[in-house]
Amino acid sequence: MSIDQNTAAKVAKLARIKVEDDALPALAAEFNTILEFIEQLNEVDVEGVEPMTSVTPQRLKRRADVVTDGNQQDRILSNAPDAREGFFAVPKVME
Amino acid sequence: MSDLNKLGLAEARDALRKGETTSVELTQACLTAIDKADALNAFVHKTPEIALERAAAADARLKQGDAPAMCGLPVGIKDLFCTKGVASQAASNILEGFVPEYESTVSQQLADDGAVMLGKLNMDEFAMGSSNETSTYGNAVSPWRREGSDAQLTPGGSSGGSAAAVAADLCLAATGTDTGGSIRQPAAFTGTVGIKPTYGRCSRWGVVAFASSLDQAGPMTKSVRDAAIMLEAMSGHDPKDSTSADLAVPNFEAMLTGDIRGKKIGIPREYHMEGMPAEIEKLWAEGRDMLKAAGAEIVDISLPHTKYALPAYYVIAPAEASSNLARYDGVRYGNRATLEAGDGITEMYEKTRAQGFGDEVKRRIMVGTYVLSAGFYDAYYNRARRVRSLIKQDFENVFAAGVDAILTPATPSAAFGLGEMSDADPVAMYLLDVFTVTVNLAGLPGIALPAGLDSQGLPLGLQLIGRPWEEGDLLNTAYALEQSTGFVAKPGNWW
Repeated sequence: MSIDQNTAAKVAKLARIKVEDDALPALAAEFNTILEFIEQLNEVDVEGVEPMTSVTPQRLKRRADVVTDGNQQDRILSNAPDAREGFFAVPKVME
Repeated sequence: MSDLNKLGLAEARDALRKGETTSVELTQACLTAIDKADALNAFVHKTPEIALERAAAADARLKQGDAPAMCGLPVGIKDLFCTKGVASQAASNILEGFVPEYESTVSQQLADDGAVMLGKLNMDEFAMGSSNETSTYGNAVSPWRREGSDAQLTPGGSSGGSAAAVAADLCLAATGTDTGGSIRQPAAFTGTVGIKPTYGRCSRWGVVAFASSLDQAGPMTKSVRDAAIMLEAMSGHDPKDSTSADLAVPNFEAMLTGDIRGKKIGIPREYHMEGMPAEIEKLWAEGRDMLKAAGAEIVDISLPHTKYALPAYYVIAPAEASSNLARYDGVRYGNRATLEAGDGITEMYEKTRAQGFGDEVKRRIMVGTYVLSAGFYDAYYNRARRVRSLIKQDFENVFAAGVDAILTPATPSAAFGLGEMSDADPVAMYLLDVFTVTVNLAGLPGIALPAGLDSQGLPLGLQLIGRPWEEGDLLNTAYALEQSTGFVAKPGNWW
């Protein structure tokens, strides 16, 4: 499996990270180095082995489905880069 | 008492309880040491006012006789832990200016016990790195130097600031976190002790997430006894972290008898790596002989899937990171890129993340995005999770055969120079975690402790791996080994 510049550009887009066109060849090369390393995993016989979902075999705890917290709008907005009138503000999403 | 900052936790605790010193005196000694050590770039947000306030409160508590073990002891906190009202930015530019409205459970537990926070410690960005060279604050520098050289060395990573601060006596101990070796590798590079407990022993709540199925917090200290004391204070069930275990936390310190007679110690043959320096092989053999002399039985064991641990890790950890780091979008906290007229929300995301994240973090997010993307999920991500099951099974098999602990080197080399690995490809840096990463994949406790010096006078560490939830027994084996090695070397003060 080899990654070309188009694939690198697609991955960057999916990850929502802007990568300039002239940086794509180097990025694709790095991906290939890492993927080559990862592909050692193809040597392992994993027939019949379940993918691990939890490293400790413990049942997740349950709790009552009730409100336990809230009413802290100011604290939630305190670190926002742009907060207005009690909301997070972002550039226009729809025309 | 002089040089109070050079004390360990146990000595300082005993001195406080006997009234031989005060928390304010201990704290002032550390604050003075910190201010003289800017060259190490270990403390990146200093909090002297908070420290002195907590120290005074601790002294009042000590006077009343209400004093848990950590009461009055000055420690450093890795920047990955959110601390209320104090900058917490995971050494990333994208979280510049972020001041949490809440406190991580682990740092809260330490504070509740009366521990004194001196400030926040340098680290690799989002804990991704093995040399503390990916930090937005710049490199943390090891207090150790090669004999006859003034080249700057790495304290290791990602908990590099924690390791440098403890080794240079800027604090009595520090918190670290470990996803693939980020407590144990820096501990080994700096002649300090670091334990990563069983997955689920410490709450992850309020610790900036890197790879949630692998991340664990743990203490970085000057001795095994100190590690036992601080781990107990950091451990315990937390309803806010569904993966934290609802198990009683033992008194780990009380389990340090030094008696390991009859314990079975496994030596995994797959950890003899090609090209490993002779000094590391020698250190490992000496460790084995010491444990034997202390009455343990040494057995050769096999962990056949060891070779595949790093490749599996470099699928699973980036996959989880790409999900966890999706939250840094310039909307709710941290930095937002300056936008141009006409830029929409997609440009805001893409520019914010391009400017906010460093190269290694971007690389891992994108690798993670790729292995999770449609068409590759089974081939990479699910395959890696299957291999992870096999790696865990390897350990289960040897534990079922009666092995109590496993002895390995902590790192494949001593600390290297800052910048020395800058031309290497990313995989060369990943290989530094070859002995530690298996432990995270299997969710086991692992401890690194100093065992000797190399020919250039740099510390080398050994690692012991224990059974799940048996940190007490593991610490006791480490305690016995610590007594045998008699490691006392400290770096000269050049900074």
